[in-house]
Amino acid sequence: MQAYLGIDVGSVSTNLVLLNQRGELLRKLYLRSQGNPVGSVQEGLSRLGSEFPDLTIAGVGTTGSGRQLIGKMVGADLIKNEITAHAVACLNLEPTVQTIIEIGGQDSKLILIRDGVVYDFAMNTVCAAGTGSFLDQQAARLSIGIEELGMRAAQGRHPVRIAGRCAVFAESDMIHKQQMGHKLEDILAGLCRALVRNFLGNLGKGKELKAPVIFQGGVAANLGIRQAFEEALNCPLVIPEHFDVMGAVGAALLARDEMLACKSSSKFKGLKLLMEPVATQSFDCEGCSNQCEVVEMRQSGLLVACIGDKCGKWSQRANSRSQEPETQVG
Amino acid sequence: MILMAGGVGPCRFGYYGEVQREILRDLGYDVQFLLLEAPKTHPRQLWERIHSIFPRNTLSDLIRALRLAWLKVAALDRVDRLANRIRPLEIQPGLTTSLQQKFYRRLDEATLEAEIRRTLRQACLELESVTLRQHEPDLRIMLVGEIYMVLEPRVNFAIEQTLGEMGVAVDRTIYLSDWIRDQLVFSIIRPDWDRQWRQMAKPYLHNFVGGHGLETVAHTVEAGVNRFDGVIQLAPFTCMPEIVAMQVLPTVSRELSIPVLSIIIDEHSAEAGVQTRLEAFIDLLRQKKRKASGGNSSCKLISVLT
Repeated sequence: MQAYLGIDVGSVSTNLVLLNQRGELLRKLYLRSQGNPVGSVQEGLSRLGSEFPDLTIAGVGTTGSGRQLIGKMVGADLIKNEITAHAVACLNLEPTVQTIIEIGGQDSKLILIRDGVVYDFAMNTVCAAGTGSFLDQQAARLSIGIEELGMRAAQGRHPVRIAGRCAVFAESDMIHKQQMGHKLEDILAGLCRALVRNFLGNLGKGKELKAPVIFQGGVAANLGIRQAFEEALNCPLVIPEHFDVMGAVGAALLARDEMLACKSSSKFKGLKLLMEPVATQSFDCEGCSNQCEVVEMRQSGLLVACIGDKCGKWSQRANSRSQEPETQVG
Repeated sequence: MILMAGGVGPCRFGYYGEVQREILRDLGYDVQFLLLEAPKTHPRQLWERIHSIFPRNTLSDLIRALRLAWLKVAALDRVDRLANRIRPLEIQPGLTTSLQQKFYRRLDEATLEAEIRRTLRQACLELESVTLRQHEPDLRIMLVGEIYMVLEPRVNFAIEQTLGEMGVAVDRTIYLSDWIRDQLVFSIIRPDWDRQWRQMAKPYLHNFVGGHGLETVAHTVEAGVNRFDGVIQLAPFTCMPEIVAMQVLPTVSRELSIPVLSIIIDEHSAEAGVQTRLEAFIDLLRQKKRKASGGNSSCKLISVLT
């Protein structure tokens, strides 16, 4: 079976998708990164390998904050930023989309589309308030599941006022409201509203958010947040079927287009090779005053990739070696 | 002895020298501070301040030192300008930057006027002999914002280099030599040097807001009028003048249809985040351009990084 592989390495989750030639989704995996992107990608690949024994990869695209590292590791044909990847996946699904709201583990993005091209975008800057990690943390503090948090928030009839500007203050506000005796549903509904307000204030800033609006990313599963967005924007949201892996879908679509355009074979290193243990190690280059933090990736003792150097001294060395595998031995 | 630039006006930068002097004194260090700022009344004041710190040196020593410094700054800016023109077209990636680095090292070591001139000549020759692609860069971007963020590659994640290596032509709006000329030298005799910037920014911002806020707006207008493809604004976190400008830029962007990306930099700005925004912005501009030129606007994008 021939398929295109898309990998989205985010802060909280690592997502893998397989698409066929027509761009239809064959399989998706949503894994928790747990601070080990390399390990979770390996786990995902081994699961795909055992589920589809006759799998051949026709093209690989990586995206997300770990795209460079994982791209080097798997031999990606295309490494793309997550904003473009999300936009491509959305446009493929719904060509008339004008607004994309994406909230993931630590990033939130707002992408505006006009006439089928990205026209403007914004990402949260220094603060991760209102993203998945914070919701996760609150669910853990209240010892309820993350799915339950969304459901109960949607049941709140009288949302209380919570300051959503800062995660720390939002938490103390919530604790205060609990001590005052408010119902948990109302507090959670208030929290969702506050986070939506925060998103629209920080990223929306005077931008015109036109329908149709697509809401995606892990947080799109949260009923409370969905409801709060619909109230604030006064229009229904479109939630894609595979809302949690749209970045990976975009990366796979882009890899497919790239492979069809350049008509070469994929640089993918193969499932078998990738299962071998990977060790990463970092050091400070002393070559010049930049003192870059360089990360070295080795597989079975062989240098696979170097990233992080500004001048290319180390990354070029790794590239030239990986192109001549014979010289690596010994 | 610490030499630091100062400033007068609403930007709080002028206060930093004083604060740092206090902090160092509290920590028990007795260091002298020389704050370089345009003297309010007379150029003699500046000399008197310097002379009190270096009593053995004469005015002609100072003039010679200033001349050397000025030559170095001017040489630096000339090479940077040239490198920005050449980098997007280089065939061998990174060659321009490595020539530029070599020039920096040599210039740093030069102590004589003739050496500085020779180093500059050589660097220009080397840069001009870099093999170039035949076509023009497809995108032109103007870099605006706060002076230190714009000038210092260590702080702005070498943005000129990053963009150049994506094949984008970058026009930096602030150069140190211009700043010295305008802010330190000409402000003493006070011609209406900045009148043109005020005129350009006027429909959007009437007041001097400190720092480079007004210039940021003016340069964005300039980029829109001159049909640049985009503008990138660099601002330090909590910088008041740039925040004022940032509120004005969406209007400029809409009216002159020039896309603007604002990047706020503080010590936590991870390189990955800046890189993501830059890549996405460049993708956006390329798609927009292709669409405008009637090309195929489906989701086919050129990959800009390898």
